[in-house]
Amino acid sequence: MDFTYDDEQQALREAVRGLLATAYADHEARRRTVAAEPGFDRALWGRLAEMGILGLPFSESDGGVGAGPVEIGIVCQELGRVLAPEPYLSGVVHAGGLVAAVGTAEQRADLLGRLSAGDLLLAAADTSPGDRWAARADGVRASVVGDGWTLDGVADPVMGGESADCFVVTAALPDGGGTGVFLVAADDVSRSGYAAADLTRAATVRFEGSTATPLGEPGRDLAPSIATISDLTRILGANQALGVLQSQLRATTDYLRSRKQFGVTLNTFQALTFRAADMYVSLELVHSMVDWATMTIAGGDRDAVAEAADRVGLQVSRSSRHIGQEAIQLHGGIGMTAEYAVGVGTAHLAVLEQWLGNGPHHLARLAGRVDDHELVDAL
Amino acid sequence: MMGTPPATPTTRSHMQLALSPRDAEFRDRMREFFTTKVPREIRDTVLEGRHLTREQIVASQRILNAEGLAVPHWPTEWGGQDWTELQRHLWHEEMQRAGVPAPLAFNASMIGPVIAHFGSEEQKQRFLPATANLDIWWSQGFSEPDAGSDLAGLRTAAVRDGDDWVVNGQKTWTTLGQHGDWIFTLVRTDPEVKKQQGISMLLIDMTTPGVEVRPIELIDGGHEVNEVWFSDVRVPGDLLVGEPGAGWTMAKFLLGNERVGVAPVGATKRALATLKATAADQLADPLVRARVAELENELLALELTALRVVAHSSDGAPHPASSVLKLRGTELQQAVSELALDLAGPASLAARAGDDSPQEGWARRSAPTYLNLRKASIYGGSNEIQRQIISRTILGL
Repeated sequence: MDFTYDDEQQALREAVRGLLATAYADHEARRRTVAAEPGFDRALWGRLAEMGILGLPFSESDGGVGAGPVEIGIVCQELGRVLAPEPYLSGVVHAGGLVAAVGTAEQRADLLGRLSAGDLLLAAADTSPGDRWAARADGVRASVVGDGWTLDGVADPVMGGESADCFVVTAALPDGGGTGVFLVAADDVSRSGYAAADLTRAATVRFEGSTATPLGEPGRDLAPSIATISDLTRILGANQALGVLQSQLRATTDYLRSRKQFGVTLNTFQALTFRAADMYVSLELVHSMVDWATMTIAGGDRDAVAEAADRVGLQVSRSSRHIGQEAIQLHGGIGMTAEYAVGVGTAHLAVLEQWLGNGPHHLARLAGRVDDHELVDAL
Repeated sequence: MMGTPPATPTTRSHMQLALSPRDAEFRDRMREFFTTKVPREIRDTVLEGRHLTREQIVASQRILNAEGLAVPHWPTEWGGQDWTELQRHLWHEEMQRAGVPAPLAFNASMIGPVIAHFGSEEQKQRFLPATANLDIWWSQGFSEPDAGSDLAGLRTAAVRDGDDWVVNGQKTWTTLGQHGDWIFTLVRTDPEVKKQQGISMLLIDMTTPGVEVRPIELIDGGHEVNEVWFSDVRVPGDLLVGEPGAGWTMAKFLLGNERVGVAPVGATKRALATLKATAADQLADPLVRARVAELENELLALELTALRVVAHSSDGAPHPASSVLKLRGTELQQAVSELALDLAGPASLAARAGDDSPQEGWARRSAPTYLNLRKASIYGGSNEIQRQIISRTILGL
């Protein structure tokens, strides 16, 4: 049992941190990037491809690097640290993860090879209006037309969907046959892009007889794989949230040490320093849970990963509310401004949570299982 | 990642969740011992939240000591074990999980390590074996009516008279002092110097004339703590530990040890599991299920944090995050007792009813336990002291 990074993992963290610092050295750079098209930095995306970061989750035979969850978690933490708007979690971890999980060898090599090289942007369309984190789609329906497939319906929100070249779509199969996964080119849909609350880009995607290519064996119910990839994305999203939370506490303590009111710095007020101490407690607890959930992925047991996703989802929700809200409060008015990273971080935390599964959702799932076990063991 | 053909099998030792085979074997050995060698009746008393007698506490510690499991963190020449931090953690967790009473903290965690570290050879020979085996029951004489969190303000005075010290003053919050054979005290031996520098550690036989123990009744109705009065108590000079004036250093050493073991993760997990079983019919209520699920999750986060802390501790120095364990550990301990009280409902009113009460024992104990555990966020460095440590030492505020 070990909670430390090895030298290679440490080097990966430093390399990613260094690269991100060239694009988002300060929050103003992030503001400019999200205000312009396409809402993220394409040059940075190319550098991430060159470094092998886009191919990290995928096996070498699929054109990737074959790294483990800890390495991908490191990247997500660093992205969170600077609130990078790049569609890594949505495009690589989630959409790429779906292709890796259900695609044929040929589909994987083609799509993941191009994704890893930075030549193809994917987005996962798995949510329709009214859906709440379900692996079973019904807002988009698949039909067999001649010897091909078409899709009809609406997906929204599609995170990272505004610039995607292709969509990886979960859709209801005919005759109650479960849920399939399809690839649809952006040319075959109508889409309206928009910015989410944290100014990262999403889209409404409408399918009207859109030509679709089944991923994997046509007509097979893939709901279990879809659920597992959502769980993986949930856990890696928790890594991203952890990066945000660490930045927020650092910014808050820096601010308390430097900001003066009544002629003294704010850290002379115990009412404030004790609240910062409580933020630290929350941060350490969620950090432990994120590391644990990430290591659980490496174990390869789907049920254990689903459980870890719920546990880390609940913990990260609680700490996101606590630290995210206190970070703004302890900063005062400046924490409310768009020009300051702290409050925007809180917006990003809210988006991550409602996208990937919020606290009440995960708590309800855990509450449903409290009599399945006598006690919960970490090891 | 899952869903893709596995990458090369990982053999690196970093970021691993599982125990090594050696540590897993160690844990199994602990579990086997605790669940088979300590009498069922003692363990049930702990698991059901009832009070242990002095005899039960002594019997349990002697069983552990005979196996070398009472004082593993002491120097090996005095009965300690050459274990890793993780092994100590596993020992402690398995002990709590099995309902085995922890070795008496005053002996095993407090004065024992102080004597082993600061005491004379003669003091070590005289006290350490008897302390490990609970042949001597130690009490703690630190707090005073005007010296709580600000311990350095203590006033109990020891004045030199020939080779002896003559002690006058009052200690308070002396837990289980009614059982005590000896008491280790912080006394002021020099009123002229800076307050921390005038304090010494003095060992006092509680049968000495002039020592008086008076019970304090607590809000749970129990007699757990006491006042201890000293009136012209004559103490031989060879019972002062280390040099006069070195008491504050020893107190800090002792309190640092106290904090490490103070997060009762295993015991709280066990209390919640027991509650789930005893109040199983109430798990039909979704609000109850949600409270249980939330507590289980918070306890998991705390346990994982404890594992991170032990994995990163070196040379026995507490990881700075150990304040998190004390703070959150006691909050969760209290939260589980609140849940028990709520699940007991009206049955909790029968706290002081006779043995013919129709209410179940766990429910009758729930209100006293809830009230008793309010102490947890006060002792061992109150949780406000822990916040102070975090904000100053860790956050640099």
